[in-house]
Amino acid sequence: MIRLDNLTKVFDTPKGAVTAADHISMEVPSGEICILLGPSGCGKTTTLKMINRIIRPTSGKVFINGEDTTSLDTQDLRRNIGYVIQQIGLFPNMTIEENITVVPKLLGWDKAKYRERAREMMHMIALEPDAFLKRYPSELSGGQQQRIGVARALAADPPVMLMDEPFGAIDPINRAVIQDEFLKMQQDLKKTIMFVSHDIDEAIKMGDRIAIFREGKLVQYSEPDELLAAPKNDFVESFLGEDRALKRLNLVKVRDLASEEIGLVRPDDTLATALQRIESYGYVNSIVMVNHKRQPVGIITAPVARTTQGHCRDHYQSVPVVVSLDDDLRKVASLMFAHDMTWVPCVDDDGRIVGQITQRAITHHLGSRYRAHSKGDDGVALDEASPSSAPKE
Amino acid sequence: MPTLNLAGAGRLLVLVAVFLAGVWSQSSGVIDDFIFYLPDVHYLAVQHLWLTVMSGGLAILVAIPLGIWLSRPSMARVAESMMQVLNVGTTIPTLAVLALSMSFLGIGTVPAVFGLFVATLLPIARNTYTGLKGVDPALKEAAAGIGMSPTQRLLRVELPNALYVIFAGIRTALAINIGTVPLAFLIGAGGLGELIFTGIDLYDPVMMLSGAIPTALLAVVVDMLIAITAFVVVPRGVNPGRA
Repeated sequence: MIRLDNLTKVFDTPKGAVTAADHISMEVPSGEICILLGPSGCGKTTTLKMINRIIRPTSGKVFINGEDTTSLDTQDLRRNIGYVIQQIGLFPNMTIEENITVVPKLLGWDKAKYRERAREMMHMIALEPDAFLKRYPSELSGGQQQRIGVARALAADPPVMLMDEPFGAIDPINRAVIQDEFLKMQQDLKKTIMFVSHDIDEAIKMGDRIAIFREGKLVQYSEPDELLAAPKNDFVESFLGEDRALKRLNLVKVRDLASEEIGLVRPDDTLATALQRIESYGYVNSIVMVNHKRQPVGIITAPVARTTQGHCRDHYQSVPVVVSLDDDLRKVASLMFAHDMTWVPCVDDDGRIVGQITQRAITHHLGSRYRAHSKGDDGVALDEASPSSAPKE
Repeated sequence: MPTLNLAGAGRLLVLVAVFLAGVWSQSSGVIDDFIFYLPDVHYLAVQHLWLTVMSGGLAILVAIPLGIWLSRPSMARVAESMMQVLNVGTTIPTLAVLALSMSFLGIGTVPAVFGLFVATLLPIARNTYTGLKGVDPALKEAAAGIGMSPTQRLLRVELPNALYVIFAGIRTALAINIGTVPLAFLIGAGGLGELIFTGIDLYDPVMMLSGAIPTALLAVVVDMLIAITAFVVVPRGVNPGRA
C-alpha cells in the first residue's frame, strides 16, 4: 500500500516559486495499479518522484505499507522500490545479467542466488536467458530493452513499483504487447504500482485506479469506469475525450451484461416454430439453432422462416458470430456493427450457448451511468466519485 | 578501375622513392652519421620518456580527480568558471610556462616536470569533466532510483560510461606532452631536445633529425599504447572499438 499525505513540492525558479504538486493526498491499495494521468507539467511525474525521493518533497509524507518513509535511509528506501523510467536507463557498460542483478547485488545477495534470479526474471519476461544474459543493452531492440528495464526493477522483488511512462518510447504495436505481458505478470506478482502516463487509453487498460492531475492538483481519483462515467468537471471531461462512453466499452466484460434469456430452436423444430419464436423474442432477423449440447450450429433467418415450410435442420445458415463471456464490449460492439446485428449469442468455454448480449443492453449500460451523473447535482456527484461506488463487482 | 591503377602507381612511386633515398643515404654516408648518434639517442630517449612518464603520470593523477570533483552536482556553480581558468592556462605557450617555472624552481628536472605537468593537466581534466557531464541523465536517474549511493553511481555507472572520453583526453595530453618535452632541454632537463636544439645551433641537420625522428616515433608509440589500453579497459558495451 502506498499512501501520500499532503505531499507538496514547490520549486524555486528565477520567475518565482512554482508549486509542482499541491497537497496531494491519495492511497493505492496493495496489489493495485494506480495511473497518474494528466497533461505535461501537471505534477504527475513530480508526485511519483517524490515517493522515492528523486525529488525531495517540500512538505508532506509518504507511507509505504503503513510505514512513514521519512525516517528511512534514502538508499534503503530506493532499493525496496522498483523503478522504471521512460528512457529505460539500462547501464550500457554492463551486460543484461549485470543490469538485472544490480539491485540484488546492492542488497548483498550471494552470487548463486542472484544469478539464478536473473534467469528467473528472463523467463518471466519471455526472453531466452542463454541468448540474452551475456549481451549488452545496445544490442537489443527498444522493446526488449524495456522488458529488461522492468526485469531490473522487479529483480529484488520489491513490494512497490514506480513506473514513469515506462512504455512511452516504444512503438504502438510493441507497446500493446508489453502492456499485455505486464498485466499478465502483475496478476501473479500483485505489486503495488504507481504508473505515470499521459495516454488515456493506456490508463484505462492498465489502471485499477486513475488519478487525474492538473496544475499540481489531484482533480479526480477513481476507478476507470467511474472516471469515464462520471468525470468530476469540464477539465476531466475534455481530457477524457468526446468518445469516453466508447472507451468504457473496454472495461466491461460480456459476462457483466449478458442476459441468460435467449430464444433458440432445435434442428427438429419446424420453421413455423422458429418464426413464432423470432417474433416472441423480438428478434428482427434471425434465431439461433443449437444441437443437443446447446452448441450453436446455425441460424434460421426470418425471411426463410416466413416463406418456407419444413424443419429447421434443412434451412439453416452458418452462425455469423458468437462471443465469449470474457470478451470486452468493445469487441462485441465492433462485431455487431460489422455483421449488422442487434444481438450476439454468448458461449462458454465449451462452446455452449449461455445467453445473449444485445445492443440495447450495451447502450443502456453506458447511458445509465451517464444519466445518473447528469441528473445528480454536481456537488453530490463529486462526493460520490469514490471507488466504492463503482458499478462493477 | 582507374583508381585502383592510380593507387598501384602511387605505391610503386613510393617504393622507388624509398629505394632512391636508401641509395642516396648509403652513398652520402648519412646512415653512418646517424649511427654515430645512436648511443646519445638511446640515452636521451630514456631521459625523454622519463620526463613524460613523471609529468604525464602526475597530470593524470591530479587531473582525473579534479575533473570528477568539478563534475559533482555540488560544484555545478563554480565548475564552468574553473574550467575557463584552466582553459586560459592552456593558451599560455608551453615555452612561457617552462620559463616561468624555471624562474621559480631553478633549472633541471624539477621545473621541467612541473611545466610539462601544467601543460598536460588541462586536456585530461577537461575530458574527464566533459565525459562525466555527458553521461546520459537517464542513466544517473536510473542509478539513483534503484538505490546506488553517490560513490557507487560514480564508480559503476558514471566513470565506466565516461571512460572512453577520458582516454581520448589522456591520448591528446600525452601526445602534446611528448612533443613538448624537447623544450625542457632549454631549462636543463635533457631529453631528445638536446640533439634537436644543438643540431639547429650547429647547422647539423643529421644531429637535429636524430633528435626529431625518435621524438615523433615515441609520440606514435605512446599514442598506440594508450589506444590499446583504452580498447582493453573500456567496457565492451560502451566501447566503439569493440561494438
